[in-house]
Amino acid sequence: MKKFKPTPKIVFASEKEMPMTPMSLGSMLYNLTGAWRNIKPVIDKAACIQCGICWKYCPDTSIYIEDEFPVIDYDYCKGCGICAEECPSKCIAMVEEEK
Amino acid sequence: MKKVMMGNHALSYGAMLARSQVIAAYPITPQTQVVELLSEMCASKALDAKFIKVESEHSAMAACLGASLAGARTFTATSAQGLALMHELLHWASGGRQPVVMGNINRAMAPGWSIWTDQNDSLSQRDTGWLQFYCASNQEVVDTVIQAFKISERFMIPSMVILDAFALSHTYEVVELPDQDKVDAYLPKFNPPFRLTPKEPHAFNALTSPEHYFELRYKLQKDMEKIPAAIEETGREYEKAFGRYLGQVEEYRCDDAEFVFVTSGTAGYTARVAVDELRKQGIKAGNLRMKVFRPFPFAKVREALAKVPKAAVVDRNCSYGHHGIFYQEIKSALYGEAKAPALFGYITGLGGRDITVDMFREIAQDTLSKPRPSEEIGWIGVKR
Repeated sequence: MKKFKPTPKIVFASEKEMPMTPMSLGSMLYNLTGAWRNIKPVIDKAACIQCGICWKYCPDTSIYIEDEFPVIDYDYCKGCGICAEECPSKCIAMVEEEK
Repeated sequence: MKKVMMGNHALSYGAMLARSQVIAAYPITPQTQVVELLSEMCASKALDAKFIKVESEHSAMAACLGASLAGARTFTATSAQGLALMHELLHWASGGRQPVVMGNINRAMAPGWSIWTDQNDSLSQRDTGWLQFYCASNQEVVDTVIQAFKISERFMIPSMVILDAFALSHTYEVVELPDQDKVDAYLPKFNPPFRLTPKEPHAFNALTSPEHYFELRYKLQKDMEKIPAAIEETGREYEKAFGRYLGQVEEYRCDDAEFVFVTSGTAGYTARVAVDELRKQGIKAGNLRMKVFRPFPFAKVREALAKVPKAAVVDRNCSYGHHGIFYQEIKSALYGEAKAPALFGYITGLGGRDITVDMFREIAQDTLSKPRPSEEIGWIGVKR
């Protein structure tokens, strides 16, 4: 489902290797941000009408369409709840994260 | 081509000859004509640039930074309160290594509300990591804008080109405008080592942990330290192409001087008249005009002042609770030097009070009458 492989975090040993400005080099995919979340969207596939509205609204592009159904990417979803709010069939529940 | 123009328009022509591609500015007295003429140049296509109207100086600099990051040569101009409002973004420009060039018209900070000149606005931005060039003629303004772009873009550090309100901004002088093709040869297209483009996406100026921030700032300072030599080099190159040398300081009759003024801005030209008059009276005076303030021209200042027994630093600014700012910095540059003059610090001309030849005469008299200063600051022309 995910198109990219996570990459390792870059740490420079010396200033000589660094660019002059603070900038990301290549991909930020090492930086999994899902841990920021304290509630997570859970989709009830049985009630889903496959409209794709959640996919369109997700501000972090953390919803993929797989076999015509939306799937949440929990590596990046921050639990904002916009998908649940916009879902016309109310099939997305926001559930508290537990450890 | 020779043209009679005001100092503000000299900034506009400098930005035009440098082929600025994006200009974002907010008008403020006494800077208004700078952007007025640039907006006309953009409208008439005399200058092929985008002119972005904004609602504040903070937004003006923000727009410049976006454009600069996308790879555009970017110019803006402001003054006093406007510069202060930009303060946060000035750090973004230098920390993000974006070579914006900005004209700043030295205007006294309010209150009392003032539109007249002194240097506390630009000198309050001393530690933001911008280069600071202080100009004394309209010719120097045009030339310095072009040189500033060249140096800024080589080192990716922004520049401020500074002129006195009214004394220069609204004063008309003859200016030799360099030929466009020669300027193009001197200042090739802006080609930054990094840029914001969808072809190669990067996130810029984001959260930087203690693992890397320190090194970025070390690199900024190390590049700053290379700039004095680069100013000499590009200044000589400019002289070769256009006949006018652009250095860090201007020495006027310093060689055999027993006493020199240290000045900046238009006061540096008045000082030359005073030097000539003092010499007629048998006093071997000289004038060291500070053209560049950041990076501080340590070597040039030490070299010039090693030759003279006495020097009077004339500040049109005050670091309240300390001294005049040029005086502070020159003292610090001379500390521990084997050959250094007895140094005197004077403050005059705040809030646009004229600095006259008579005042320089008074300064010379005071300096020559005693071995060292009798007070921390010599105040010239204050009613007391």
